[in-house]
Amino acid sequence: MKRARKRARANKMGRSENQHIILRVVAKLLIPLIAVYGLYVHFHGDYGPGGGFQAGVIFASSIILYALIFGLDEAKRVVPPSWIRVIMTLGGLVFGGTGVATWLLGGEYLNYTMFAPDSTHAAGQHWGIFAVEIGVLLTVTSVILAIFYAFGSRGGSRRPNNAPNLSDEDKS
Amino acid sequence: MSSLTPAFILDIGLLAMLVMVAIAVVRLRSLFAIVMLQGVYSLISAAWFVSLDAVDVAFTEAAVGAGISTVLMLGAMLLTEREVKPVPMRRQWAPLFIVVVTGMAMFYALGDMPMFGDANSIANATLGVEYVEATKSQIIIPNVVSAVLASYRGYDTFGETVVIFVAGLGIVLLLGLNGNAGRWRAKPNGQDISQIDEQDIS
Repeated sequence: MKRARKRARANKMGRSENQHIILRVVAKLLIPLIAVYGLYVHFHGDYGPGGGFQAGVIFASSIILYALIFGLDEAKRVVPPSWIRVIMTLGGLVFGGTGVATWLLGGEYLNYTMFAPDSTHAAGQHWGIFAVEIGVLLTVTSVILAIFYAFGSRGGSRRPNNAPNLSDEDKS
Repeated sequence: MSSLTPAFILDIGLLAMLVMVAIAVVRLRSLFAIVMLQGVYSLISAAWFVSLDAVDVAFTEAAVGAGISTVLMLGAMLLTEREVKPVPMRRQWAPLFIVVVTGMAMFYALGDMPMFGDANSIANATLGVEYVEATKSQIIIPNVVSAVLASYRGYDTFGETVVIFVAGLGIVLLLGLNGNAGRWRAKPNGQDISQIDEQDIS
């Protein structure tokens, strides 16, 4: 009980300076690496394991790590919830739009060869897979963030005082 | 199977660890420990998938199962109790019966399964070979999994993306991106009935 009161006081005084300093430093080091690794997994998907889905999950997890360490409000300043709604839809539209584009170019739906019909090294396929994976990446990243924001923002009604805070929102 | 190769011993070891973690999850009462052990379970199964040469699956399992779902389960756990309520013994017989019968049925069906890596199994002999061969000339990318996923089975992947989108849409509609959808007040005929509800609960 005493500890809980102490922590509450520390919260009021702004514990950001001293508490969790190791976590903060390590996270600052790791977050850009995780984000770049996510992009690597995405753009390397044609050559190694990975692709849009895995890359989206890894990229989202870098932002989730940021939210866990620095608080949900800070994360919402990095990736505002209003973006998520747009990006989520955009991903689906990019995937579907690729199909419509091949359609308009005279092929079947999602027949990527239409992007470069004369290519000898299947460039059309490469472009099509690239476009489609971008769509998957956008949707997966934003949906995982949407789920995290939605759950993380809910203050638990039965949450005890000394519970580890997922968000720094209800500090006051 | 016949000889004790290192890979075989590794597989058995990983599977034994999976069984142990599963038993621990069933027996534990603390939800925090259960969520953590579920993450451990996912990580071990990811390692097992690598040992089975299913690298893409292992990647997804490690990222989603061990990473994201652990975080989401922790987030969900904060909204509920910390301990599992003990279930009385008389209510455990029916689930036990179902689990035992299902397990016996699966062991019975095991005889019809092809051996691991069997080149003559249906999955490996017909369509699989076709895709592997055609990727070399039609898609020309080294990762056949990406070729099948994005090009040959593009419709399926589109469907999956739409499923993920719909899941996100459901979350946004039910909870709201700021988690405040539950604070919405129902006002039938302009009358605020939420006051009555709150009194009932408290």
